[in-house]
Amino acid sequence: MNVEQKQYDEMVKQVSPKSAVFMNSIKAFFVGGIICAIGQVLYNFFEARGFSQENTGILVASVLITVAILLTALGLYERIGKFAGAGSVVPITGFANAIAAPAIEHKKEGLVLGVGAKMFVIAGPVIVYGTVTSVIVGIIYYFVR
Amino acid sequence: MTKHFGEASVKFSNPPSIISAAAIVGPKEGEGPLAAHFDKISDDILFGKDTWEQAESELMRQTIEACVAKSGVQMKDINYIFAGDLLNQNSGSIYGARSFERPFYGLFGACSAMGMAMQLGTMLIDGGFADYTIANASSHFCGAEKTFRFPLELGTQRTPTASWTVTGDGAVLLSSVGEGPYITAATTGAIIDLGQKDVNNMGAAMVPAAADVIVKHFRDLQLAPDHYDIIATGDLGIYGKDLLIQLLQKENLNISDRLTDCGIEIYDAEKQDVHAGGSGCGCSAVVFASYFLKKIKKGEINKMLFVPTGALHSVVTFQQGESIPGIAHAVAIERSI
Amino acid sequence: MDGLFNGIFWAFVIGGAICIIGQLLIDLTKLTPARILVFFVVAGCILGGLGLYDRLVDFAGAGATVPLPGFGNLLARGVKKAVDERGLIGVITGGFTAMAGGVTVAVIFGYLAALVSSPGMKE
Repeated sequence: MNVEQKQYDEMVKQVSPKSAVFMNSIKAFFVGGIICAIGQVLYNFFEARGFSQENTGILVASVLITVAILLTALGLYERIGKFAGAGSVVPITGFANAIAAPAIEHKKEGLVLGVGAKMFVIAGPVIVYGTVTSVIVGIIYYFVR
Repeated sequence: MTKHFGEASVKFSNPPSIISAAAIVGPKEGEGPLAAHFDKISDDILFGKDTWEQAESELMRQTIEACVAKSGVQMKDINYIFAGDLLNQNSGSIYGARSFERPFYGLFGACSAMGMAMQLGTMLIDGGFADYTIANASSHFCGAEKTFRFPLELGTQRTPTASWTVTGDGAVLLSSVGEGPYITAATTGAIIDLGQKDVNNMGAAMVPAAADVIVKHFRDLQLAPDHYDIIATGDLGIYGKDLLIQLLQKENLNISDRLTDCGIEIYDAEKQDVHAGGSGCGCSAVVFASYFLKKIKKGEINKMLFVPTGALHSVVTFQQGESIPGIAHAVAIERSI
Repeated sequence: MDGLFNGIFWAFVIGGAICIIGQLLIDLTKLTPARILVFFVVAGCILGGLGLYDRLVDFAGAGATVPLPGFGNLLARGVKKAVDERGLIGVITGGFTAMAGGVTVAVIFGYLAALVSSPGMKE
């Protein structure tokens, strides 16, 4: 071929359309914002019923996660995600979707190596890196507190 | 090597005929502009089966059966089946062909599989090793997503350059005797890699291979740019086609007035929301085995160059940071000789 | 009542803004969803460790706790609390304890979802 890789990269860039970053961001903002606003409504609801701050946090997360997984099972979360992009990936509901989606997709490979193992293909790294970071934070905190 | 020409091309001394063909697709393809040309459109994406993998195999089995049934040839007379797909270890083709009990070659060339299968099937016949061979390629949207991307239920966005894997299977039955359309020549592609790494832009990864094989085909066989009425690449998509025209211009080969892409033909890109177009082994296979073959038989096309294109990466090599190698195989089909 | 409405409004604005950061990462860097999730949890945990994220939580409420950096912050908060109570042992128990509720709910319902729902193209 009469073309160098760099030159070809440039041609590919020229021809390929960019993602609609602005519109995507607006959609992500609204959907993500609405999910968080719903979270706030739930906070207010549980707080008004006398739950401690810590338990309220767990309850809100649990409700959002449960609803997100229900929507995933009904095939609706993928539609929201197609519209919202990061708006439905970044909230905790996206984490729930990332657990339920591969579990459903791989159920035909069995309950142990299909559902059990594949459940964590996307969420696993989150737990791993969250844990590692928390340990580092904990060690530093132990010495500087 | 009396039948070998130039760097990578062959011409057949007794060009085999395509005596039968069949194309079966899934629901989305059935809503596309080529719906009228398919042998069967399944409303059921699972093809009555339990898993995506079984669905693809069933699709493959039905298509080959339909192809053979239309020909009047018996399954027991088929000397070789060449088939390729996208699932790991070619399982789509293997489980699909299991019940036929015919000599079988499973091929992996990603979405170039149909080109590979047609070349090999033709070479065996012209070499005198077979009278009847079947070339087949299949893909299934859900199986491919599961193998290469994310679970279907995961809420993600596709980028504008992403393509949509065709659920479909195209089969052709090649014969040493027949009245055409004939496969007259072929150019086998090399693995070409210009360092593309975006799995959501596979058109760009495959274009250099397509350009390379097309240039070699015209050079090896000393053909004029207007030799073919139509040149159809496999699944480069809308942006890939533009890139290919640019690359060929650099090689002083201008075929843009007769160039199309099966990935562009199979869907209505705007209405069906497929972004860059269709892709997958089944894409070029079904479009050729239905739409183009009918046009050739009707005389709307006399000479066609069919160039299925493949992106040869795996999930593992992608995760290891490797670029995406491309390949393309050119097959010349002529209405009469 | 004004206070409640204000809280919901700022949860919407800040939560949405965090999602914009995620969208820019997806569109401009081509990071996969798994990497985005990891990035946010790690970032939240570090900001939480520095004691900065709780200021955002005070201001935006669910707008800061519902997005994944909030999950990271939860881990940081948990590990700090555990270290306060148990010393170095807390380093290895704090993070997991803090995420136990959320992860358990996700695993249980994810498992149930897999039992009742089949993979499909639901378009």
